[in-house]
Amino acid sequence: MNSRYEVVIGLEVHVQLTTKTKIFCGCSTRFGQAPNSQTCPVCLGLPGALPVLNHKVVDYAIKAGLATNCQIAPHSIFARKNYFYPDLPKGYQISQFELPICERGWLDIELEGSEKKRIGITRIHMEEDAGKLLHADGQSSSVDLNRACTPLLEVVSEPDMRTADEAIAYLKQLHQIVVYLGICDGNLEEGSFRCDANVSIRPWGQKELGTRAELKNLNSFRFIKQAIEYEVERQAELLDDGGKVVQETRLFDADKGVSRSMRGKEEAHDYRYFPDPDLLPLKVSEDWIDQVRSTLPELPQAKLQRYQQEFGLPAYDAGVLSAEKPVAEYFETLVALHDQPKICSNWVMSEVLGALKDKGIDIVDCPVTPAMLAGILKRIADSTISGKIAKQVFDGIWSTGKSADQIIEEQGLKQVTDTGAIEAIVNEVIAANPGQFEELKGGKDKLMGFFVGQVMKASKGKANPEMVNQLLKKKLSA
Amino acid sequence: MKINQKDVEHVARLARLNLEPQELEVMTVQMDAILGYVDKLNELDTEGIEPTAHAVPMANAFREDEIRPSIGIELALGNAPMVAGESCFQVPKVIE
Repeated sequence: MNSRYEVVIGLEVHVQLTTKTKIFCGCSTRFGQAPNSQTCPVCLGLPGALPVLNHKVVDYAIKAGLATNCQIAPHSIFARKNYFYPDLPKGYQISQFELPICERGWLDIELEGSEKKRIGITRIHMEEDAGKLLHADGQSSSVDLNRACTPLLEVVSEPDMRTADEAIAYLKQLHQIVVYLGICDGNLEEGSFRCDANVSIRPWGQKELGTRAELKNLNSFRFIKQAIEYEVERQAELLDDGGKVVQETRLFDADKGVSRSMRGKEEAHDYRYFPDPDLLPLKVSEDWIDQVRSTLPELPQAKLQRYQQEFGLPAYDAGVLSAEKPVAEYFETLVALHDQPKICSNWVMSEVLGALKDKGIDIVDCPVTPAMLAGILKRIADSTISGKIAKQVFDGIWSTGKSADQIIEEQGLKQVTDTGAIEAIVNEVIAANPGQFEELKGGKDKLMGFFVGQVMKASKGKANPEMVNQLLKKKLSA
Repeated sequence: MKINQKDVEHVARLARLNLEPQELEVMTVQMDAILGYVDKLNELDTEGIEPTAHAVPMANAFREDEIRPSIGIELALGNAPMVAGESCFQVPKVIE
């Protein structure tokens, strides 16, 4: 990035809520249905139709506010944002302007190798989505109003971010939180989590903010980073050449990696907000807030801390295990059954997540349940099987659904702990490799691994490695 | 004057109205008169009165998050000037 200027980034995120129905009418919000099949007089904007607020949308807004350290307003109102566009049937969008439901929150982000940084959240407000414009070729466009009136939360940050990486860290954390809360499915591509970025630059030391450009159409974390970096370069070149940045909306084209101006929308920015007379003011009591607070799950940041403190896990493990709620639940169930957090962590991170990724399966459908996995870990702990054989047992459970003990029994995987049997194998291996054994005796310690390996191989992995080691040492000193 | 012709032109553009020059003149005078009339409210003493966004002293009207039947594609498109494909409203091409 250009180092001559300081970069200032503020983000507006639209979070689509997972309610069953729209924000102001009872139409379904299901995705992918036939165009206009999920509409009614309210969301079509027909004269005389009156909006009625979905209680759950308010619950979700309070949840989001609490999870992002916001103050929940005891009194808030809805406003009309007026503009004309074919995907907006009423000629205005119902939103909140003055008195939004949540204000003054924050999230702490942490980039590798730097201090924790607090990013302010200006406000979170509730609003309805617009419909969808399908750009058919030729002389016309098509409008599908199924999405019109779908509930959204708009989360507006303070212009507190200074690099694209900070912006991404903030977004990922916000994304993680709304998915954890179960209020958003988090699907960026389908538009459930949409981000607009306000980007400006200023010479170092300058107090006033530079003129900003608003970047739209950013539907993946990678594009967001690309778009911000492109925009910073574009503005820096303009300023370097003695030019000026114009306040405008720019559309990012991910294929070409460039953005272009959406001129002509300038005048439309006079929205003439006023309180919507169709909707009563919203009053949120302390009781209501407390009731929602009691439903909050432990959030990813808190889990991350707890996994390190309570379980003594490294930050990396804690991060992987807490990133997604179902993974965290799997891990916590496993630890409850087998109280060795680091061993559990290793197994979940490598075997479980690895196998799931290979097979393209979601963890909630994992054929090896935490209880089954605990069954394997118990057999390692009591030396019935070795760690290596355990992986074979894991595969066996995966494909058959049987328990660890059944697999061990059926496949004869029980570790050989009979000293006599192991000693016999050790003797065989020594006899087969007399030269190497002499070298080992002569002090070539590296060969120890070779002998252990040979014995393990000869026992088909079933010999107890600890005992093999001891026996070999005994032979050496004999 | 509270309002000038430029204001009226601006508001007309936002409302997608094409006004003739003489209409603009008339509107300017009329809107100014309306605003002047509303301005009378400023004569009231509102000291100590809480601001309000609504005329009725009520709050919190909700519906539960339960699906109700939609009206169906045919009815939904009943007033559409033009229909595109199976079930879309057709509008003049929108260029972004």
